[in-house]
Amino acid sequence: MERLLGGSLAGRVDDADIYLEYRVNEELVLEENVVKKASRHVSQGAGVRAQAEARTGYAHTDDISLSNLEEAARQARAIADRATTSGVLAIPSRGRAHDLYTLAEPPIVTALERKLGLLRKIDAAARAADPRISQVIASLASEEVVMLIATASGWTIGDVRPLTRLNVTVIAEENGKREIGSWGGGGRVPFDFYLEDERWTRFADEAARQAILKLRAVEAPAGTMTVVLGPGWPGILLHEAIGHGLEGDFNRKGVSAFAGRLGQKVASELVTVVDDGTIPNRRGSLNVDDEGTPTGRTVLIENGVLTAYMQDRLNARLMKMTPTGNGRRESYAHPPMPRMTNTFMLAGQDDPQDIIRSVRNGLYAVTFGGGQVDITSGKFVFSASEAYLIEDGRVTTPVKGATLIGNGPDALVRVSRVGHDLALDEGVGTCGKDGQSVPVGVGLPTIRIDGMTVGGTQV
Amino acid sequence: MSGETIRPELLTDVLGRARARGATEADGFLIEEQHFSASVRLGQVDTVKHSREQRLSLRVFAGKASAAASTSDLSRDSLERVVDEATALARVTSEDPHAGLPDPNDLITAIPDLELAEQGGEELSPEAKIELARRAEAAALESDPRIANSEGAEYWDRRARYVYATSHGFARGYATTAFGLSVSPVASANGEMQRDYWYSAARHRAALEEPASIGRTAARRALRRLGGRKVKTTEVPVVFDPDTAASLIRSIAGAASGPGLYRRASFLLDRLGKRIAAPAVTIVDDGLIPRALGSRPFDGEGLATRPTVLVGEGVLESYLLDSYSARKLGLRSTHHASRDGAGVGVSTTNLMLKAGPTPPEALIGSVKNGLYVTELIGFGVNGVTGDYSRGAVGLWIENGELTYPVEEVTVAGNLLEMFGAIEGIGNDLVLRDRTVSPTLLIGRMVVAGN
Repeated sequence: MERLLGGSLAGRVDDADIYLEYRVNEELVLEENVVKKASRHVSQGAGVRAQAEARTGYAHTDDISLSNLEEAARQARAIADRATTSGVLAIPSRGRAHDLYTLAEPPIVTALERKLGLLRKIDAAARAADPRISQVIASLASEEVVMLIATASGWTIGDVRPLTRLNVTVIAEENGKREIGSWGGGGRVPFDFYLEDERWTRFADEAARQAILKLRAVEAPAGTMTVVLGPGWPGILLHEAIGHGLEGDFNRKGVSAFAGRLGQKVASELVTVVDDGTIPNRRGSLNVDDEGTPTGRTVLIENGVLTAYMQDRLNARLMKMTPTGNGRRESYAHPPMPRMTNTFMLAGQDDPQDIIRSVRNGLYAVTFGGGQVDITSGKFVFSASEAYLIEDGRVTTPVKGATLIGNGPDALVRVSRVGHDLALDEGVGTCGKDGQSVPVGVGLPTIRIDGMTVGGTQV
Repeated sequence: MSGETIRPELLTDVLGRARARGATEADGFLIEEQHFSASVRLGQVDTVKHSREQRLSLRVFAGKASAAASTSDLSRDSLERVVDEATALARVTSEDPHAGLPDPNDLITAIPDLELAEQGGEELSPEAKIELARRAEAAALESDPRIANSEGAEYWDRRARYVYATSHGFARGYATTAFGLSVSPVASANGEMQRDYWYSAARHRAALEEPASIGRTAARRALRRLGGRKVKTTEVPVVFDPDTAASLIRSIAGAASGPGLYRRASFLLDRLGKRIAAPAVTIVDDGLIPRALGSRPFDGEGLATRPTVLVGEGVLESYLLDSYSARKLGLRSTHHASRDGAGVGVSTTNLMLKAGPTPPEALIGSVKNGLYVTELIGFGVNGVTGDYSRGAVGLWIENGELTYPVEEVTVAGNLLEMFGAIEGIGNDLVLRDRTVSPTLLIGRMVVAGN
């Protein structure tokens, strides 16, 4: 390793590293109570990176032989030719790595028979939940990633990352009408996580309940109204409305709607948002990020004031800030970028029921599908999959899925109530950026947002 | 970069080993690709990436039970492990009467030359590739003083070889090349910023649009978004530009795909032979167009590619099926199997809605009050019900003219109703990507804003 970095990358670069990865994925899918898919994938490879000023050279190979690594290093360096700095700068490591997910039995090694047995029980439970359930698809994904990073400044760090996710999708049918319901969870946890507190039963019941509920959902309203978001997964609001906009790369380039706004008020004073990669066993947590920096707890917005960006090493260096442990990559085939880990809003004072009672007419949204943001204009969307009308302070009729749209820099200014019921999501989130997917977490207490646009069809 | 280093015998050896381990039949894919990309931002090199990858994917059958495995490590030890893992997995999975390879007699015999790989084209130096990206971005930056920032421009190319083989002795392959150039400029005025982009992609480098032309188009798209505002919530005609209209076609293809149908998770279930769109709508999938990005000589199960009419004059004429979903539905494969490490799915080739007679200006001109959509964001499409609600960006149409830019609104409806309400089809179809459409006018949709 040292020979490679010393010989191949010497001189004229500001930062350099080698990332080695060995990954095993297993996917089991049960449909119609038949195992429809059983697959196992192994990938291994190395990514070599050299950086000079704002330039990055990245080469990767899935053939980890020394000659291939040397060739990759040579290609990575080719770009560093016109750098002005000479020699590699030492990057100070910020504190110790964590130990957030050492498991006695990682999910990837648990016997297939136990896993398939659970999927069969889920199938039965979801069908038993209601006679209108016509299809059940239960899937279990297990993964283990072993990574090792060596940097040119001389330190080496490794991490073993277990990850699992259980998903239940059902189709409900009634009078020729069909609907879909889905629920799931997981994290950097052992297989037995699903058996604790009968979690698997809850996932099956919840998927069935969602589908049945939608069978009687009415057209969603269209237009601007007061929206109450429930706790947990609706935290995707934060991920889209402000999370991406606070990633270091977009701010260094000045293309984020939040660029140059550190220290300014960007949210209601009820709002404090953190990105925390150090919560044990969470899907978005990491002992170290994919550049070897220990993860941390970064307060992004404190009482409404923008306090920090999320940084990887490159953008921290160029912005003269400190890396925050947010440099992440999908695999060895991708260079790292600033990414979120677990992003959530801290709890407030209000009783959730009081928050709902405070709304005369509006929308109460508790479960969401995906979201997306245009970081430059700040416009973001996220799609509700379970939502209800609020009429005279009471939650009433379920409505069909609808996209909610807003403007990042002012959406959180409109937060007028924050509940005391902070919850993190169940562990299903995957974030996409520039073609790279990474597992993330979100969280939210019940909140009220005044004046949000709901994209239904009922004018 | 031109070396044909792929080793089909690796794959046939693995299939033979699977048989020896007790598999009744097996098939597999070997993919080898080389990728280069260079991005430039504000005239300076930003990121240069270079890679070489290979992957072997294997599917084995133990009678009517099957399993899949794949690896990027093609060493002998690793390949032996893949075979062992796949055959072990197949033993614990359930029997499925519909599982199995296609009939060997149905496999492709003669591979058509679709010119999917550039032959003997001069390989550009990395500096020359970087220069293409630089010229594209420079054209955007120079086109207007309000374009003062950029997310950069990127050039990329990819050379790949595929081999598909079965344990019956079938082994065929083909090579592809692809090239692309894109630019994402940022326009700003009065404290407001807007980003947009434009791109070109092609199988042969010479077919790429001129860098300066890509840059100017990207700049024009970003500039026209400046001053965007919400509109009052209303129900109006909506005109989708070719790029956003293509996303609607993709949703129809998704709902017509076998896996969603046999799971009863599609709004096109039981609609075969029925009207699902206005009579002027014809959607075809044609994977045999020479040099097109979506073309392939055969599908992921070795079945010869052939054109399929998905929707003919408004009637759903065919689903899109691989052999498994076809057997489940009591139909025949339409040769749309796609392959990834996890197994077999369905994918389209070159999917297009046929051009109509009307210039796009005339479609816009026919609208008194409505929205012209140029970008859609979010995932608000329900494939089971067809319910549709997405974030939109565009321009407001007043008395047949494009007026001010619109943002932070949603467009909502139901895909079946939307396709039924197509009142105009543009004559501006260009096969510039895998899924394309001309401009479409939909009679009525709900636009939510203030």
